[in-house]
Amino acid sequence: MKEGTVTKDAIASRHPRSPEALLALLHDLQTANAGNYLTPDDLALAASHVGLPLSAVRDAATFYSMFSLRPRGRHIVRLCESPNCHLAGAWSALDELRRVLGVDIGETTPDGQFTLELTSCLGACGVAPVMMVDDEVVGNLTPTRVRETLGRYRGER
Amino acid sequence: MRRIQVLLCSGTACQSSGSDKVKRALLDELGSHDLLSEVQIVETGCMGPCELGPVLLVYPEGTFYVRVKPDDAAEIVSEHFLKGRPVRRLLWTEGAPQPQEIPFFSRQMKLVLRNCGTIDPEKIEEYIATGGYEALGKVVTLDPAQVIAAVKESGLRGRGGAGFPTGTKWELVRAATGDTKYVICNADEGDPGAFMDRAILEGDPHAVLEGMAIAAYAVGASRGYVYVRAEYPLAIRRLEVALAQARKLGLLGARIFESDFSFDIELRMGAGAFVCGEETALMASIEGRRGEPRPRPPYPATHGLWGKPTLINNVETFANVRHIVLGGAAAFAAVGTEKSKGTKVFALAGKVRNTGLVEVPMGITLRELVFDIGGGVPAGREFKAVQIGGPSGGCLPASLLDTPVDYDSLSRHGAIMGSGGVIVLDDATCMVNMARFFLEFTADESCGKCVPCRVGTQMMLAILNRIVAGEGTDQDLVRLAEIGDMMKNASLCALGQTAPNPVLSTLRYFPEEYRAHIRDRSCPAGVCPNLVRYVVVPEACRGCDACRRACPTGAAQGTAGKAPYRIADELCIRCGACFDACPFGAVKKEPR
Repeated sequence: MKEGTVTKDAIASRHPRSPEALLALLHDLQTANAGNYLTPDDLALAASHVGLPLSAVRDAATFYSMFSLRPRGRHIVRLCESPNCHLAGAWSALDELRRVLGVDIGETTPDGQFTLELTSCLGACGVAPVMMVDDEVVGNLTPTRVRETLGRYRGER
Repeated sequence: MRRIQVLLCSGTACQSSGSDKVKRALLDELGSHDLLSEVQIVETGCMGPCELGPVLLVYPEGTFYVRVKPDDAAEIVSEHFLKGRPVRRLLWTEGAPQPQEIPFFSRQMKLVLRNCGTIDPEKIEEYIATGGYEALGKVVTLDPAQVIAAVKESGLRGRGGAGFPTGTKWELVRAATGDTKYVICNADEGDPGAFMDRAILEGDPHAVLEGMAIAAYAVGASRGYVYVRAEYPLAIRRLEVALAQARKLGLLGARIFESDFSFDIELRMGAGAFVCGEETALMASIEGRRGEPRPRPPYPATHGLWGKPTLINNVETFANVRHIVLGGAAAFAAVGTEKSKGTKVFALAGKVRNTGLVEVPMGITLRELVFDIGGGVPAGREFKAVQIGGPSGGCLPASLLDTPVDYDSLSRHGAIMGSGGVIVLDDATCMVNMARFFLEFTADESCGKCVPCRVGTQMMLAILNRIVAGEGTDQDLVRLAEIGDMMKNASLCALGQTAPNPVLSTLRYFPEEYRAHIRDRSCPAGVCPNLVRYVVVPEACRGCDACRRACPTGAAQGTAGKAPYRIADELCIRCGACFDACPFGAVKKEPR
C-alpha cells in the first residue's frame, strides 16, 4: 500500500489543524499503512499537524483499543466477546478462528493477512455470535461461516 | 406509480444475514419478468426481528417475509408479484402474513422507530415526506423559552441511562453564560447487548439531526457534534449521507428556514473505548485527548467542550424531540407512567425467542416485554432472569417479572433502565458466571484514572474468579458487598459507580447460587467448568468408545460395543473432551 511522506502529508491536509482532528487523523494514517498500525513517523506527523506535543499524541494513541503501535495484518478480525455472543456460543467461533488462522488473540498470521482480536459489543446481538472483518459485520457465526468468510478474504489477496 | 413496493431491511443485522444478495436476486428476477417498472425495492433501516433476517415487507397489502434467501426471489416474484399469492413458507407464522397480526409487532408502540423500516434512510425526501424537518421549521418561529417549556412539559428524560429530565438540562445550558455553546449527540453506544442507537442512526438519521438542531435553537448553540463509535461503520456512512443532504437543502448551515438561526453538525468517530460514553470522557475524546472522565461538577451545561456550555444528549433522546414539537407535549406525556413519559426502545437478546429491536410505552411490565413481545424463552428451557441495563444494570428474577419498566421501578429493584439492553437468561445460565462476565468487561474498560474503579473492579473480579473456580469462602460474599458499596460511593464516573450492580443484584436475588458455588463446590446451572460432573446417560450411550478415546486421564471408561460407558469422577479433570466427543449427546454436565 501507500507509504511515504507525500501521501501521508496529503492525508493530513484533509484534516483541520486542530487537536479535535486528532482521532480522525490517526484513524486515516493507520488505515493507510499496510500493517494497520501507527508508525513513530505517523505520530510525529499527527502531532505537528494538530499542534500537540508528541507525548500527548502518544498518550491518546495508546489509550484507544483500535489504534496499534505494532504492525498488524492486512485484515483485522474482531470477534465480539460480549455476553450475548458468549451465550450464543462465540467460543466455538473463536476456536475455529484460532484453528484456521493458526494464531491466538492479539497475534498476526505469518503471511501478514490477518490479526485476530476481541472486541466489546458490536451492537448486532440479534445475529449473535458476531465478528467484524475490517468494516464488514458477519453474524450468526458457525465454524463453517468462519471458514467461508476467511476464505473469501484470502481470495481477495 | 409502482404497483408493488418491497421494503427490504438493510440494517446491520440483516445485511450480515445477506440482504444485499437478496436484493440483487430480486432485481434479477424482476428484470427477467420485465417488472422493474412495476415493483420498487426500498432499502430501509431495522425492522426489529433481527434473528429472522433478512426480512422484507411487501406493500400494498403488507406481507411480512422472514429468513429470505436469494433462492427465494424467483418464487416471490412469480407467485406473489405476478399471481398475487403470498409465499406461505416464508411467512413468520402460518396464517399471519401481516405485521399487525403478529404479537411481536402488535404489542409495540412505535414513535422513535416509526420511520425505521419504512423509509429509505439515505433519502432525505422520504424523511421529509413523513413530516421531517417540519418540527424544526416550526421551532425557529418560536421563542427558545417556549421550546424548552414544551420539552419540560413533555416529561422527556434522557434515554442514555441516567434519566435526567431533558428539558431541565436544556434550560441549564440556555441559562449558562457564554457566547459559544455546543450541542453533542452521544452516539457512543457501548453497553454489551444494546443496539437501539445503532438502529436509529442507521434507520432514521435525520430524526437525530433534526432533534439536535431543535435543541441547538433552544439552548443557543451554533455548532454540534455527533460522537459515534467506530464499530458502527454503517451508521457513520448513513450519518454522513444525511448531513450532506441536510446541508444541501439548507436544513443545516446558515440561516435555517430563513431565520437568524445558524447551526451545523460534524461527525466525530471514537476509537474503541467504552468509557467514552461517559459525557466528560466523550468531550475529552472530541478534544483529541485520552477519553478519561473528570469529576463533576462543574457539569457540561456550564463547563463542557473546550470549557464552553454544552448540551449533551443521547441519540434516542434527540430522536424523540420532533414528536414533542409536532404532536404536542401533552400527547407525548399521555404515554407512560407518572415519572417516565413516552416510549422506550429496547434491544431484546439472549435466550428469548424473538430477538431484536422493540419500542414499547414506558410502564409495560417485564413480563409483557419478555413473554408477549419476546415470545419467552425457547422451548425446553425455563426463564431464570432478565439482565437489564448492561454492565451498569442488574439481573431481575422471575418473581419481579411484573415490575413496570420505568426509570424508578427498575432502580428500586437494583437494576437500571440504562440505555435499553435486555438480555434474557434461562435456567442454563449461571448467575455467578454472568456477574463475573460483566465485571470482566468493566475491569477491562475501566480507564484507570480513579482508584475505586481501577482497583475495585480488579478485586471484585479476582473474588468472582475464585468463586467460579470453587475456591470461594463465605467471607468473599461480605467482601464483594463491601467493595461494591465503596465503588458506588467513591468512583469518579458512572462506569465505576455502576460496575458493581451486576454482582450486587445477583447477590441479592440469587444468593443460593453463590452459596452453592462456595459451600457445595457446585454450579447449579452446570456451567462453571470446575464445579460440574460429567456423567453418561445410560439410555443414550451406544458404546462407540469416542469418549474413552478423547479422555486424557482415563476417566471415561468402558468397552467398545458394550454400552453404557461411565466416567470416573475422581479421575476427571473436567476438560469437557468427552462431552464434545460424544456423537449421541450421551455425556451430560451435572452440578456436582
